Amino acid sequence: MGNSLVPAPIAVLPWKVLFIIMAIGLFGGMTLYSAAGGSLGPWALNHFIRFTGLLGMAVALSYFRPRQFRDWAYPAYGAVMILLLVVEAIGVVGGGAQSWLNLGLIQLQPSELMKPIIVLVLAGFYAGLPTGEIRKWSAIWPPAVLTLIPTVLILMQPDLGTALLLIFSALTVMFLAGLPLRLFVGGGLAVAAMIPIVYAFFMMPHQQKRVLIFLNPEEDPLGAGYHITQSKIAIGSGGLFGKGYLNGTQSHLHYLPEQHTDFIFPAMVEEWGLMGGLFLILCFVLLFRWGMAVALETKDRFERLTAAGLTMTIFFYFAVNLLMVMGLAPVVGIPLPLFSYGGSAMLTVMLCLGILMSIDRNNRRERRRL
Amino acid sequence: MKRRIPLVTENSQTYTFTRRALVLGGMQGGIAALIAGRMAWLSVAENERYKLLAESNRFQLMIVPPRRGWIVDREGQPIAINRSDYRVDLIPDQLEDPDRIIAQLTKLLALPAEEVQRIRTELEGAAGYQPVPVAENLSFDKYAAVTLRLPELPGVSPLRGFSRYYPDGAAVGQLVGYVGIANKEEYEESGKNRLLITPGFKIGKDGLEKTMEHQMRGTPGAKRLEVTARGKLVRELSTVPDKPGKTLPLAIDAGLQTYAARRLGDESGAVIVLDCQNGDILCMASMPSFDPNSFSDGISHNEWNMLSQDERRPLVNKALSSLYPPGSTVKPMAAMALLSAGIDPEERVYCGGGYQLGNRFFRCLGRHGPMTMHTAIARSCNTYFYAMGNRIGYDAIAVMARRLGLGEEYPLPVVSQSYGTVPDSAWKMRKYKQDWTRSDTLNAVIGQGYLLVNPLQLAVMAARIASGRNLQPTLIRGRERPAPPLDMPPEHFEAVRHGMWEVVNGAGTAGRSRLPLDGIQMGGKTGTAQVRRIAAGQRGQGGDWKYRDHGLFVCFAPTDNPRYAASVVIEHGMGGSRAAAPVAKDVLTYLFDKPKAMEALTALEEGWGGNITERMKRDERRWLAAQAAKKADSPSATESAAGGSTA
Repeated sequence: MGNSLVPAPIAVLPWKVLFIIMAIGLFGGMTLYSAAGGSLGPWALNHFIRFTGLLGMAVALSYFRPRQFRDWAYPAYGAVMILLLVVEAIGVVGGGAQSWLNLGLIQLQPSELMKPIIVLVLAGFYAGLPTGEIRKWSAIWPPAVLTLIPTVLILMQPDLGTALLLIFSALTVMFLAGLPLRLFVGGGLAVAAMIPIVYAFFMMPHQQKRVLIFLNPEEDPLGAGYHITQSKIAIGSGGLFGKGYLNGTQSHLHYLPEQHTDFIFPAMVEEWGLMGGLFLILCFVLLFRWGMAVALETKDRFERLTAAGLTMTIFFYFAVNLLMVMGLAPVVGIPLPLFSYGGSAMLTVMLCLGILMSIDRNNRRERRRL
Repeated sequence: MKRRIPLVTENSQTYTFTRRALVLGGMQGGIAALIAGRMAWLSVAENERYKLLAESNRFQLMIVPPRRGWIVDREGQPIAINRSDYRVDLIPDQLEDPDRIIAQLTKLLALPAEEVQRIRTELEGAAGYQPVPVAENLSFDKYAAVTLRLPELPGVSPLRGFSRYYPDGAAVGQLVGYVGIANKEEYEESGKNRLLITPGFKIGKDGLEKTMEHQMRGTPGAKRLEVTARGKLVRELSTVPDKPGKTLPLAIDAGLQTYAARRLGDESGAVIVLDCQNGDILCMASMPSFDPNSFSDGISHNEWNMLSQDERRPLVNKALSSLYPPGSTVKPMAAMALLSAGIDPEERVYCGGGYQLGNRFFRCLGRHGPMTMHTAIARSCNTYFYAMGNRIGYDAIAVMARRLGLGEEYPLPVVSQSYGTVPDSAWKMRKYKQDWTRSDTLNAVIGQGYLLVNPLQLAVMAARIASGRNLQPTLIRGRERPAPPLDMPPEHFEAVRHGMWEVVNGAGTAGRSRLPLDGIQMGGKTGTAQVRRIAAGQRGQGGDWKYRDHGLFVCFAPTDNPRYAASVVIEHGMGGSRAAAPVAKDVLTYLFDKPKAMEALTALEEGWGGNITERMKRDERRWLAAQAAKKADSPSATESAAGGSTA
């Protein structure tokens, strides 16, 4: 552990990535302050408190050895599965969609927690798989089952966005683990063929409508197409430098729907313009580059898969949310990580970041040992 | 054939991972670049477009409908005005939970079921800020009930507007027309002018309301409002006040117009009174008529059916659009033509009961004996005009008919006018490819045959004879100077007018219709127009209403210095002296002595069972009862028919 060097605890913190994370989180908080019409309530203050607390949690996680996450993966998986079933049961009793668990102080969305956990579980599985088995059937079905059970539960809530992200994360780990490429190509084609079936049997009417509207937003400019239209108006009307902080009309006059969660990015771009948007995208790109660099640096198979998988998990939030608000993807409820208001997604992302920092810390430790 | 499984080692797995991680990294960069590019496209290339859209989101331009200009009579007395009107509309964009809100409005405003159904249907088809009207003409209490609960009724918009009101009701119906909500065609014709779909805004649909729309509409005002997505007002940014429409002053005398309409009673007909100085139309009544007030509120299906099925055609302006053979009322005009042709007015024609033309005998109304022009006019002797007309030929008379205003289309701001036919040989050749015959002349000279005129033309003819001026009828007040004299010798007019004096005040056909006034006398000419050919023994003087002769009368007064001229047509009134002249007498009396005229009218209305409004209400009740009876009858009729077929 290099006790002999004893650097100041502050100095060992991965400051570069912490700056990026804080930049995103603070910018998000500022935008929430503006979205509330220039007020700390109801979102900005909560966001700051949550952000600080969860960032502290992430830093604390970074002091654990990566090995321990591998040990915790299966118990955590089991625990979250139970939570998902409880949520499902409450939903049945409540007679409607339910994806939240009210824990008094916070509202927890168990499906969110499943995202990093599935990455850990699958990374652990592939790390334990003998090298020669990777091209065999036994390398595919256990991860598939591990992924599909929670996916089905989440789809039943129903929460298409989270379910999709879960599958993306799992597929990423499988892809990185080295499953034959033809499986992914073939799978991609199969999914393309499946889309009509999913559309017809697994989507709620409002979700089906959203997909249709996505394909042709002009069809319903005042109904479901409204979200995309207003979001594009907010982004487009900002111009190069925006309308100025606290001066966004689309968000302040509530033309922008869900301006504190899914559509917070357009609310920010309206006020900060293209420059603000590019700055935020740059922050995220740097964050992903750091995450992938951590994955490439480490030699351990579990750590490698985990680091890349978790980076991709955060990336999927980012990509789906931004493609959605710009009218390039259907409207599915996915927040912008660290930037949007919302505890569960921030908890998930901070978990990912904490584990990534733990691997990063381990990498540096290894380097010093060499 | 077994597929060769590639050797997988720890090293090859590391290599695969690195390669695939780089692919994923590249994908991340690619998607980030796509997002950045898309964002740049939206905010730079399409910035202008989205800026505009953001502005149009934020600002709502609310049109403030202009108040419609009044219509007033020659003295400034109102004929059409605007009354305060409380109304409630729904704004679809701002509506939340329409079921609850419609239910609440139904309770508050006591809406009938069919209205609720209409609102639902219109709401389904509506989009955006185009309001759906809920109710108009609300009492202040109901309006206040809605206004009070407004915070719990998002999307409900109570408005204080204006509605058109015509104090004289049916008496001016045909003249002013009515206003109504613009229909789809009118909206599209206007280039989708948003004003036309603003709630409560109405446009002229008929009569002067339609033709003078441009003057009376005014210019809408506008309010620029900053609103939230839910339609909540943030602030009012600027207001452009509306410019009310211009007042339309008519040449009409509203009192006279109403009097004439009332005096027509239950008859179907028209009364026109002209000012002999300048051609001002003082009165243009056509009865029966409709109440324009019931149109501006949106007419009911029943009311419309009743009006359109009435054989007395209350929807037709008879003063302008109905054509009649003028009968003997054109004899003064024919006399003018004879004088112009050089006929000596003292020359006598012997009337033995008719005139022999070839093998056909043209009848007169009686055996008048020797007739001069003067006596021929006074006693309406056909024989005189047969003989004299035959002498000069109808082509010479047609010229005079046109000079005196028959067959002419006047430049009036009216929706339509029929200008009839003044026949001559060229016309007959053009129309029938036949030569004009002497018998055509004989028919036309006594106002039958091909000659067709509308009541206004008859009034103009009377006014031109009375004044010797080339009068043009005028509806809109403005022209004050006297009309120029007609290029005809004044003594010709004198001679004809004297004959017309005799009709009323001497031994003429309208002796019973002398004005009941001292020192003021009326000159006139009666006419009876055949509706169908004279059948043996029956001269259209009885039988079914619709086969009876029309009664016509043209007149002027005072005879010593004509001030007013008039024409009266009573459809199927059987004769000019019987039906039309008494109406003319009372109408002209009104101009000189109102109390005396009102006295006569009051007595008459008592006999008819009330004034126009009361009688219209009575007719409507009767009609509705008949409809209900018909409805009750028909199912039993089909029932018995079905029973018959099974038996």
